Amino acid sequence: MHIRLEDSERHVLSVTVDNEAGILARIAGMFSARGYNIESLTVADVSPDHRISRITIVTNGPPRVIDQIIAQLDRLVPVHQVTDLTDTGPFVERELALVKVSGKGDSRIEALRLADVFRAKVVDTTLESFVFEITGPTSKIDTFVSLMRELGLVEIGRTGVVGMLRGVAA
Amino acid sequence: MAEKSGADILVQCLIDLGVDTVFGYPGGAVLPIYDMIYEHPTINHILVRHEQAAAHAAEGYARSTGKPGVVLVTSGPGATNAITGITDALMDSIPIVVITGQVATHLIGTDAFQEADTVGLTRHCTKHNYLVKDPAELARVVHEAFHIATSGRPGPVVIDIPKDVQVATAPYEKPVLNAHPSYRPQVEPDADAIEATVDLILKAERPIFYTGGGIINSGPAASEALRTLADMTGAPVTSTLMGLGAFPASSPQWLGMLGMHGTYEANWAMNRADLILCLGARFDDRVTGRLDAFAPHSKKVHVDIDRSSINKIIPVDVPVVADVGRAIEAIIARLKTHGFKRTGYADWWAQIEHWRAKKSLDYAEPGTEIMPQRAIAELFKATRGRDTIITTEVGQHQMWAAQHFHFDGPNKWLTSGGLGTMGYGFPAAIGAQLGNPDALVIDIAGDASIQMNIQELGTVIQYDLPVKIFILNNEYMGMVRQWQELTYESRYSHSYSDSLPDFVKLAEAYGCKGIRIEGIQELAPGIQEMIAHKGPVVVDCRVTKLSNCFPMIPSGAAHTDMLLDPSQVSGTMDDEAKALV
Repeated sequence: MHIRLEDSERHVLSVTVDNEAGILARIAGMFSARGYNIESLTVADVSPDHRISRITIVTNGPPRVIDQIIAQLDRLVPVHQVTDLTDTGPFVERELALVKVSGKGDSRIEALRLADVFRAKVVDTTLESFVFEITGPTSKIDTFVSLMRELGLVEIGRTGVVGMLRGVAA
Repeated sequence: MAEKSGADILVQCLIDLGVDTVFGYPGGAVLPIYDMIYEHPTINHILVRHEQAAAHAAEGYARSTGKPGVVLVTSGPGATNAITGITDALMDSIPIVVITGQVATHLIGTDAFQEADTVGLTRHCTKHNYLVKDPAELARVVHEAFHIATSGRPGPVVIDIPKDVQVATAPYEKPVLNAHPSYRPQVEPDADAIEATVDLILKAERPIFYTGGGIINSGPAASEALRTLADMTGAPVTSTLMGLGAFPASSPQWLGMLGMHGTYEANWAMNRADLILCLGARFDDRVTGRLDAFAPHSKKVHVDIDRSSINKIIPVDVPVVADVGRAIEAIIARLKTHGFKRTGYADWWAQIEHWRAKKSLDYAEPGTEIMPQRAIAELFKATRGRDTIITTEVGQHQMWAAQHFHFDGPNKWLTSGGLGTMGYGFPAAIGAQLGNPDALVIDIAGDASIQMNIQELGTVIQYDLPVKIFILNNEYMGMVRQWQELTYESRYSHSYSDSLPDFVKLAEAYGCKGIRIEGIQELAPGIQEMIAHKGPVVVDCRVTKLSNCFPMIPSGAAHTDMLLDPSQVSGTMDDEAKALV
């Protein structure tokens, strides 16, 4: 007997929750307890009184699993609202990365030129290195990082995705 | 505003919430609360012998009364011991509130004596949990905890209270709960969903009502509504293990339990139905068997108060998120406005009667040994006409009890369905007896399961609770042995109950009456003696050692592949089926 895997699709979920101790563990633990995947997860409080946080979760799974994830999130007591941005769409999806590259001569110039093409900002520099700040959808950052690998990539930090529906409605 | 200590606030809240019984065990981190309980004799505190039993007793109290059960245990091992009972309550949707002591706030995270991360440990085995760090928060939290435990899909809620929060004071005012900002269970059904359901009922020729524990959780009105709907339509009714009693077993429309050890007629009717109305059940794997062969010819309506139960296992045609009682009442009302005429489903019933004629619960009775099914049947006969509550442990005896003891009302059958917890039945019987002092409460047990919480004999003696423990003793972990016989060519690896105690002497050691029943001639008189005795009784009923529980759908098989008797057993199983056990 072999274990069979089902085809997955990627979904970006936006979840508003009470900003309380343990909320992240409650959400992340629900995913691990039920065997769901987390590609990325971001959380920060978003209300003036600091009572509400928005969590953006990128997950993947077959459609019925995505439905279950949404239902399971929704039944947690501190969860206010779950929006499947991928289903509700169109939506904006952004990630921020800091990318450190070291090098001299041509590779250094090429790194700077590519950074300009990708609208990355230089936020730190020495004679032998840059730290670039880049924002964009995950695919753009993936591409930038893979180009930098050729040019002396030292390290990367990524925030994970935040997302929001386009248009006037929340 | 007057100040009160955290412990005082807690006890005041319990009194205000109408709590009359608390199951608990003291320890260092709950001493301030215990001292407050000492001052409030209106709260009947039941001292158990192990914290797991406190949680099961609270479940038994809740399941038999419809009121939330309350548990009070200390930090560390007190909390971890209770976790099995808490998880059991989560799986079976039983409303209990568990109050745990915690080390003082400044000691949290220091590996202090009897410290455990109780909120971390119970996060995924509770409906919700709290760590209260300020006595000013306590009153709101306690009231909210009871609301969450008892509303929507019921479940366990843990409140972890550090010792310094029990001692510290805060202004106290009886809290008023406003609508919760995020927790709002949907109770009323959507009118369009009800219309779609009624539309399917009007077209159906072979409907079946597949009912579950949700009807019992919803309250007696839901059971009444189910009876009305069944009368009105004439449709057959089957139920999960958890739902037994919601529909009277004495009704001709009752097909018996469905699923792995369900009746032939219930499982075949599910397979051949053209409409399945799932009412407060959740398509558990013990019910569905092989998923791709489950009820292939039917439209399905699923009524559940928990949206996440719908489409989790089986995709359905009409989802109805609502309290099941309210949904059934809405269906009845819509059927009436449509001028529904009862057809009686004569062809469908003719087919069902054909399946029923198999008499799938029949069993052969060789010689003078007691068949376990006979023991249950005699117990049922001897208790008819009484207010009887049955609890069970987990295993063969549980399935035989479900098959051969028949319930005509809700809240009379308490069993661990979802988690399948051996050791549930005896403490649950204690809770049921406290909630129903005049009822005849019997724990139908196995020789292995009863040993998992046998220490509670001390509790029944201390509080003079006339609970009866009826052990079907076959000297095996019978269900494990049965699976080994069916799946592993009778290699009985560690399923023999070696070194069993003498249950009669053990009972007597606690000051409890013990009765041994050996041979069919002793069965009826032994049961009579048990019932007639005013106090608690342990009955060691010696039954045939190697009987198996039939009918049975082997793991990974379809409803139509039921085994009816031992002659159909092959003794092997492929890997796919083994993996599903």
